[in-house]
Amino acid sequence: MPQAELNADQTMNNGADSTRHSSHSGLTPDEKIQSQRMQRRRKFIAFAFVAPLIIFVLIAFVAPIGTMLYRSVYHPTVAQLIPDTLEALSGWDETGSELPDQTILNIFSVELQHLAKERRSGKLAEEINRALPGSSSVIKSSARKLKKLEPELLASEGGAKLLSLKPQWQKVEIWREMKKSGAIFTDGFYLTALDLMRSPEGNIVPRDTQIYIKLYLKSLKIALLITLLTAIISFPLSYYLATAPAKTANTLMVFVLLPFWTSLLVRTTSWIALLQTNGVVNSFLESIHLITEPIEMLYTQFSTVIAMTHILLPFMILPLYSVMKGIDPSYLRAAMSLGAKPIPAFIRIYMPMTIPGLSAGALLVFIISIGYYITPALVGGTEGQMVSNIIAFHMQSSNNWELAAALGSLLLGLILALYWIYDRLVGVSNIKLG
Amino acid sequence: MLSGSESNTDDQYVRFVNVKKSYDQQTLVVKDFNLNARKGEFVTLLGPSGSGKTTCLMMLAGFEDVTSGSILIDGQPVTNIAPYHRNIGMVFQHYALFPHMTIGENLAYPLKVRKIPADEVKRRVKESLALVELADFSKRYPGQLSGGQKQRVALARSLIFEPSIVLMDEPLGALDKNLREQMQFEIKRLHEDLGFTAIYVTHDQTEALTMSDRIAVFNDGIVEQCAAPETLYEQPANSFVANFIGENNCIPGTVTKVENGKAEIQLADGSMVTTSNPNCPPSGDPCMMTIRPENLFIANGQSLANSIDADFTTRLYVGDSIRYFFKMPCGSELMVKTLNDNQAPVLQHGARTQLTWDVTGGLALDRQA
Repeated sequence: MPQAELNADQTMNNGADSTRHSSHSGLTPDEKIQSQRMQRRRKFIAFAFVAPLIIFVLIAFVAPIGTMLYRSVYHPTVAQLIPDTLEALSGWDETGSELPDQTILNIFSVELQHLAKERRSGKLAEEINRALPGSSSVIKSSARKLKKLEPELLASEGGAKLLSLKPQWQKVEIWREMKKSGAIFTDGFYLTALDLMRSPEGNIVPRDTQIYIKLYLKSLKIALLITLLTAIISFPLSYYLATAPAKTANTLMVFVLLPFWTSLLVRTTSWIALLQTNGVVNSFLESIHLITEPIEMLYTQFSTVIAMTHILLPFMILPLYSVMKGIDPSYLRAAMSLGAKPIPAFIRIYMPMTIPGLSAGALLVFIISIGYYITPALVGGTEGQMVSNIIAFHMQSSNNWELAAALGSLLLGLILALYWIYDRLVGVSNIKLG
Repeated sequence: MLSGSESNTDDQYVRFVNVKKSYDQQTLVVKDFNLNARKGEFVTLLGPSGSGKTTCLMMLAGFEDVTSGSILIDGQPVTNIAPYHRNIGMVFQHYALFPHMTIGENLAYPLKVRKIPADEVKRRVKESLALVELADFSKRYPGQLSGGQKQRVALARSLIFEPSIVLMDEPLGALDKNLREQMQFEIKRLHEDLGFTAIYVTHDQTEALTMSDRIAVFNDGIVEQCAAPETLYEQPANSFVANFIGENNCIPGTVTKVENGKAEIQLADGSMVTTSNPNCPPSGDPCMMTIRPENLFIANGQSLANSIDADFTTRLYVGDSIRYFFKMPCGSELMVKTLNDNQAPVLQHGARTQLTWDVTGGLALDRQA
C-alpha cells in the first residue's frame, strides 16, 4: 500500500506545481486570442469530419421519422374539404341526440354541391366511410343529386333537401363523424393502432375486433424467438471460432460472412425452394419414407422464424466472436488451477465475460427482426406476418398513410421502451460491437 | 530429524524426469528436461522467450500434456491428474483476476469450489487480504486496482487454498521497474513466511538472481545449467550461461595448456593469458575467454596477472558508475565498469590503453558456434 499512497502524494504535488505555475505565468491577451483561434480551427476540422454523417442522418433519418410522427396525428383532409360546415358545426353538441341546425345543413349542402362539381366529393366519402362504414354511398349519391340543383336554392332549403335524399342524413352518427374527422389533429389513428376507439360519449373503449395488439405481440414473440435461436446457435460456434487456430477460424469466418455477400432476396427465395410443398425438404422426407403427405412449412410462422434466424445469424456471431477473441485463455486456466472443474468454470467465469458481445448481438438481432419486412412478406404467408407487413399494407394497398405512420411510431416507441428496459437490466455501456 | 526416506521425497518434491514436449511430433520444444526441486525451495526457470520454460510450467500445472517422460509431485506421477485436482497455485503474467468479481469474490472462489463453509471462507479471505496488505480492498473490482495491487491479489488468490506448490509465470512482467523490485521482496517474504515450493518463470536475470534458491537456465529446450545464483554468476558452465547471466566481455582464443587447475589461453590478438577455472575445455580446443566488467581494470601503472591492449572508444556515464568501452585490434569489444570516484580516469578517444585482470577474474569457456 505505501507505494500507492506515495503515487497519490506525487500526483497531488504535481497538481499543486502546475497551478502554481499557471498563476505565475498568465497568458497575455494576444496569446489567449491565438490559442482560442487554434481551438476554433480544431473544432471546425472535427465538425467537418462528422458533417457527412450528420447531414445523412438529418436527411435520411430525422426528417422522415419526424414527418411520420407528424403524419400520424395531423389529418387536415376533411378540414380542407368542408371548412364552412366544420366552422358551423363547432357550436353543435355532438354528444346529444339532436341533429345540427337547419342552417348548418344548408351550409353543408352548398359545400357538398361545390365538391361534387369539382369531383372531390369521393374523397370526403372515403374519409367519412373509414370511420362510419356505409357512408360512402350516402355521400356520393347525395352529391350527385345535389349537383343539378340551383346553389341559391340550396343556401335556403338545402338542408331539408338533403334529409329527404337519404335517411342516413337524419341520423346523428354521420354528423358526429363529420365533426370528429374535421379535427386537424387527431389521436384516432393511434387509438386504431392500439385496437381502441372513441365511444359516442367520447370515452376510449376497446374495439370489437382486436388486430394490431395481437400483431405486436406476435412480432415481439417472433423477434424474441429469433434472438434466442441465433444466440443458441452462435454461442458454441463463436467459441469454437475464437479458440480455433487462425487458419481454421478465417476459413470458417468466410462461411459466416457468406450470407452478407449474397442478395437478401436470393437467400429468402432459397428458403421458398427448400420449404415449399414439393420443395427440397418435403421431397427428401418423402423419399426416405419418413412422411407420406408433404408438410406445410412455407407461409407459416415457422418459415418466417427459420429464414430470419438464418439471415440474422452473422449479426449475433460477429460481436460474440470479437468479444470472445479478446478473452484471455488464462482466465479459464486460472479458474481450473484454483480447483474449478471445466464446466462450472466455463459457466461462472467465461460466460459472464461474454455478456457484452451477447447483449450487443441480441440487441442487434432483436431490433432488426422486430421491424423485418421482406422475409416475412415472402415466406410468412398470413400466419407469419409481422407489424412491418401491415404497415406496408396500409402504405400501399389501403392508402391509409396516417394509420401506417401511427403503427410505425408505436413500433419505434416499443423498441425505445425495450431499449430502456435493456439499459436498466444490462447497461448499454456493456455493449461491445467489435 | 527426518528419516532417510522422508528426506528423500522432500529433496525430490517436484521431479521432472526426462520430460520431452512436442506440439507437432517433429520439433521438440522441451528436450529431455530433468529437475528435482526440494520442498520449500524457490526454483526459477530462466531463459530467453521461446526456450521452453513456460511449457515446462504448463506441463506441471496440467494445461499441457507431456509428450514423453514423467512429472512427479511428492513421489506420485501427476501426468494423468486433471489440472483442477493437482492443487497447484498459479500466478499468471496478466494476473487473470476475474473482472466481474470483486477482490473478495476472487479470493473466495477457490474456497467456494472446495465447498468450504461460508464463515470460514470469510475469515480466510480477510486473513489473506491482510497478508498482502490490501485489507480494505475486498469490495473493489480488479479494474479499480493498480498493477501492483492486482498482482498482490493474484498472489493471495493462488495461496489462499494452501497449495504446496505455487507456479508463477512471469508474474512481474507487466509491472514497471520500481514496482517490480517491491514485488520481488513481497514474493520472497511470502515464500519465507509460508514455506511453499515455488517454481518461477522469468526472462529477467536480475529477478532470477535476487529471488531464487536455484536457477535453471533454459536455452532452446534444454537446461544449460541448474545451480544457485552465485554459482551461475561466478562459475558459469558455458559461454551461453556466462553471457545470459549478467554482463560479460568475451574474447575468442585457444587453450594451449591445462596444468594443475590452471590453463593458458592464447587470445585472438596473440597475447597469452592464464585462468584457473575448472570448466575449461581441453588443451588445443578453441575457447571463449570471459571477463566480468567489474573484474577488468584499466591498468594504472601497475598491472595484474593478465593484461591486454585495447583502444578506447567511448564512455557511458551511469551515475554511480562509469562504463568505458574499448576495442581490441582483433575486433572484440570490451567494457570496463568502474566506480564513479576520483580514481575514474579521463581518456582520449582512440587512446591505446592497457587493460588488466587477475587469474581468478576471467574464465575460459567452450566457444559456441
